Amino acid sequence: MEAVISRKRAAIIGSGSIGIDLMYKAMRSPHLDLKMVVGRSQASEGLSRARDLGIATSAEGIDFLAHHASGIDIVFDATSAQSHRINDQFFRKANLMAIDMTPAKIGAICVPSINLDSIVAERNVNLVTCGGQASIPLAYAIAQAFDTLEYIEVASTIASDSAGMATRENINQYILTTEQALRQFSGTGKSKAVLNINPAKPGINMQTTVFAKGRYHSLEKVKASVREMVVRVQRYVPGYEVVLEPVESKGYLTVSVTVRGSGDYLPAYAGNLDIINCAAIAVAEFNAVSWERTAA
Amino acid sequence: MITITDCTLRDGNHAVRHQLSESQIRQYAKQADAAGVDIIEVGHGNGLGGSSALLGTSCLADRDMLETARSVIKNGRLGIHFIPGLGTSTDLSTAIEVGVDVFRIASHCTEANVTAPYIESVRNQGKSVYGVLMMSHMAEPAELAQQAALMASYGADALILMDSAGYLAPDDVRWRVQAIQELTDIKLGFHAHNNLGLAVANSMAAVEEGAELLDACIMGFGAGAGNTQLETLIAVLNRSGYRTRCTFDAVAGLAHASQQYLDCLTPHIGTANIASGINGLFSGFAPHIKRAAEQFKVDEFQLYRLLGQRQLVAGQEDIILETAARLSTTH
Repeated sequence: MEAVISRKRAAIIGSGSIGIDLMYKAMRSPHLDLKMVVGRSQASEGLSRARDLGIATSAEGIDFLAHHASGIDIVFDATSAQSHRINDQFFRKANLMAIDMTPAKIGAICVPSINLDSIVAERNVNLVTCGGQASIPLAYAIAQAFDTLEYIEVASTIASDSAGMATRENINQYILTTEQALRQFSGTGKSKAVLNINPAKPGINMQTTVFAKGRYHSLEKVKASVREMVVRVQRYVPGYEVVLEPVESKGYLTVSVTVRGSGDYLPAYAGNLDIINCAAIAVAEFNAVSWERTAA
Repeated sequence: MITITDCTLRDGNHAVRHQLSESQIRQYAKQADAAGVDIIEVGHGNGLGGSSALLGTSCLADRDMLETARSVIKNGRLGIHFIPGLGTSTDLSTAIEVGVDVFRIASHCTEANVTAPYIESVRNQGKSVYGVLMMSHMAEPAELAQQAALMASYGADALILMDSAGYLAPDDVRWRVQAIQELTDIKLGFHAHNNLGLAVANSMAAVEEGAELLDACIMGFGAGAGNTQLETLIAVLNRSGYRTRCTFDAVAGLAHASQQYLDCLTPHIGTANIASGINGLFSGFAPHIKRAAEQFKVDEFQLYRLLGQRQLVAGQEDIILETAARLSTTH
């Protein structure tokens, strides 16, 4: 008999570009059953797209979700950090698993290629930032292969058209959140994050470079560690690619990746949005699969 | 009266890979202040928070640089350069604590809206705040004007156009200044680089169109081929009937005195700087490109061309290494 996959019932709150790109990804997932997309404006392009695909929508946002909470297991919150702090109180009461796409940082931080296992019991999972999702796997892989790591720095450049107002108004938060997560996952005491926005047309692919200062005895070991990690990331982010192999330059071990998105909603160059959404789907699917195992 | 911002201790830091020392900053800030310069800008070449693997590590912390300058500036004002995405609000708080007077909040010329929270915050703390549009050759005059109007709407007291690549010619400057004036009455300033030998001419074009603030560096000491040479600028401005607080004699004295301790050569337009200018690349890229070309044994000028095609903005120094590595494998 063919195994019946019981899919987790999912909702998306926030019908901006992140929310709608997530919608396409959630619909493709064999482990998720997307029940609704809620936003704040009936006229928004996002809600209109969801309606066209036959998904339940509402412009009543969290209120609509609250009325239908019993039919939902997982909610992706793609609103804002401020809204998420309020929404989270409701998610907890309704016992929904929350995947936080905002920089609110209430829950456990997850980078799927590193610590997916550790979030199995979490009810609120935060995904750091796009630059964090692109760089932390590399920082972690480098830390694993270094004898001592003193400092880690990350510079990311994203296409202007992929940087929405929320990103632009919260660059400071982006930097602080990314720096903190870099320290947490690499174990260094010092970190720095830089974000550039490039307006070139057509849009440039997201590009992230990691600089590491410390001691290592084998560059080959560092390269192997990075290579292995890149394969892990590629399992859930197909467009993740090394463009500069680890190389020593100016006293720093330097490695660069680009992230090309799947082009679900935003153009393919917006790898920054794609990678954080891919990470969110990976978290949701892991949760769904673990739940099945537990249930069995 | 034209207000002069002396960027020697900020843009000049690019020329020495961000290694300006405490004693150099103390001596120069003191002498520039005595010479009658209006605003003395201090910091890492890329501004607050710029010290990094990406751009180069400075030998002094931001706070130390600013405190050193603050302690000797008596008549003029102390300024900083700040780029959202590179510096953080903590860096701005440090600058406010130290007593910085003029905050120049910068973005790439098409991305002004990233500066909004910072311009508003600094302004609410009662400080002078200027919006800065960097790499202004990369936007057409009409678009630049819209970006300038945005910065004005956030509360900027003035708007500085930077020709960070040293790419513009005098007419390009005029069109940009005119377009901005059609949209907003914000006070305007211009910051030139001398890659194509046009820094003074471009600065004069800007004031002739109504700009009231100009940036310059002693002997042109700045990124790439250097900035507008302060001594030349004052001489030309005064000869053309524009008044400045500092006189030619005073800045000539400053040039002479600073030669004793600033290891800057009289500005020199190297062929690499010309390549940087015509390819529209940030002037501060030059040492990074030279080093990457050497490390990966590729042609420096071919690297300039490839980077120019990629339309890089300031802050994308990491792409230089990647492009050089790629070029080395395609030989």
